[in-house]
Amino acid sequence: MKKIIFNVIAFAVAAVSLSSCGYNSMVEKQEAVDEKWAQVQNVYQRRADLIPNLVSVVKGYAKHESQTLENVIAARARATQVTLDPDKLTPENIQKFQQAQDGLSTALGKLLMITENYPDLKANQNFLELQAQLEGTENRIAVERRSFNEAVKDYNTYIRKFPNNLNAGMFGFEKKAYFESQGGADKAPKIEF
Amino acid sequence: MLLFFCFAGTVYADNNFPEPPSPPRLVNDYANFLNAGEVNALEQKLTAYSDSTSTQITIVTLNNIGDYEIADYGDRLANQWQIGTKGKNNGLLILMTKEPHGITIRTGYGMEGTLPDAIAKRLIEQIAKPNFKQGNYYGGLDQLTDAVIQVMSGTYKADGRGKASGNFAIYIFIGLIILIAIFSFLSKGGGGSSGGRNSGGGFLTGMLLGSALGGGFSSRGGYSGGSGGGSFGGFGGGGFGGGGASGDW
Repeated sequence: MKKIIFNVIAFAVAAVSLSSCGYNSMVEKQEAVDEKWAQVQNVYQRRADLIPNLVSVVKGYAKHESQTLENVIAARARATQVTLDPDKLTPENIQKFQQAQDGLSTALGKLLMITENYPDLKANQNFLELQAQLEGTENRIAVERRSFNEAVKDYNTYIRKFPNNLNAGMFGFEKKAYFESQGGADKAPKIEF
Repeated sequence: MLLFFCFAGTVYADNNFPEPPSPPRLVNDYANFLNAGEVNALEQKLTAYSDSTSTQITIVTLNNIGDYEIADYGDRLANQWQIGTKGKNNGLLILMTKEPHGITIRTGYGMEGTLPDAIAKRLIEQIAKPNFKQGNYYGGLDQLTDAVIQVMSGTYKADGRGKASGNFAIYIFIGLIILIAIFSFLSKGGGGSSGGRNSGGGFLTGMLLGSALGGGFSSRGGYSGGSGGGSFGGFGGGGFGGGGASGDW
């Protein structure tokens, strides 16, 4: 009889300590952030994968724009070099990642601007489809960044609340950084074709 | 009083998006592009398609969407309504706006492969735009949905109810086995062992029980939609990640 009572108490203590101090929830929320981060990197990679095709199509019509094309290729190389493990999501690292990707966005924007001067290129079916894919990819980037930020916010808020903050410090759950939205960057950049 | 203001704040925060239709409908013509008969015809076609494939093609028309870009607005709306079924993410939103004239196709995560952005763009350019420009809204939407269905026909088959409840039964079964194991473990440990060891057993029991129950309940949460025949059963938890294409007309 004593043993049963002891078991019941042990069960209650275990249940309370597992749920109220939130260790499991912290793990879940951290996993959610990691997963969202993987998605963010996926969609950026997706954009990078489109660029060789885009460059080769544009090259066929706009040979004289080699400088702009080279800029895009260089920016793509820089952007694909910067990858980031989810356990290193510090503000500095995120900023570095974002700078590399923004560099590619700028170079791409310039490339699309010069295509305005080439009506034949703008009528090319391949080019039109690449444009549609690129536009879709920019939208995906916006969506995944937003949902990453939401996951980080959820996680950060949780680990800083009492009494979770005590456990978070003990088990090494650290605050993670957000994507900064600068000047409406949270919205997909409007691609005018 | 303070509470009232807090509450009011949350209510007005999402005013930019219409509430999910109740009862659930697939065709939501808020901007009155269509007459009642046309709405019904589209609703019936899309409900039948949803019943046979579980893919939810949803049409929404709006007068305006403020400062949002139509693709961004469409993704947010589709995620709020949770068009598509959970896990499959097989929802699709066709959003049409009156002021300015806009059209977008938003594909759920699960549809991005079957209806790639480039194809969506082509359907908008070749089917939606020419019809809408001539004021043929019903014809445009009818042909557009036909074309979408043709492109992605047969990718997803509808699940019956049997599969979902079967999953649930398995979880209950596993839970029962674990419970039985725990009880036999407890009754064996009755004699002779020290209190310290037993508290370890209690801890383990708690974890096992917790995970068994958790598994059972979460499997229930995963069940959605799939009703047979009649009217549309409701949106079921699909997610959207920015796939699709847009255009002006």
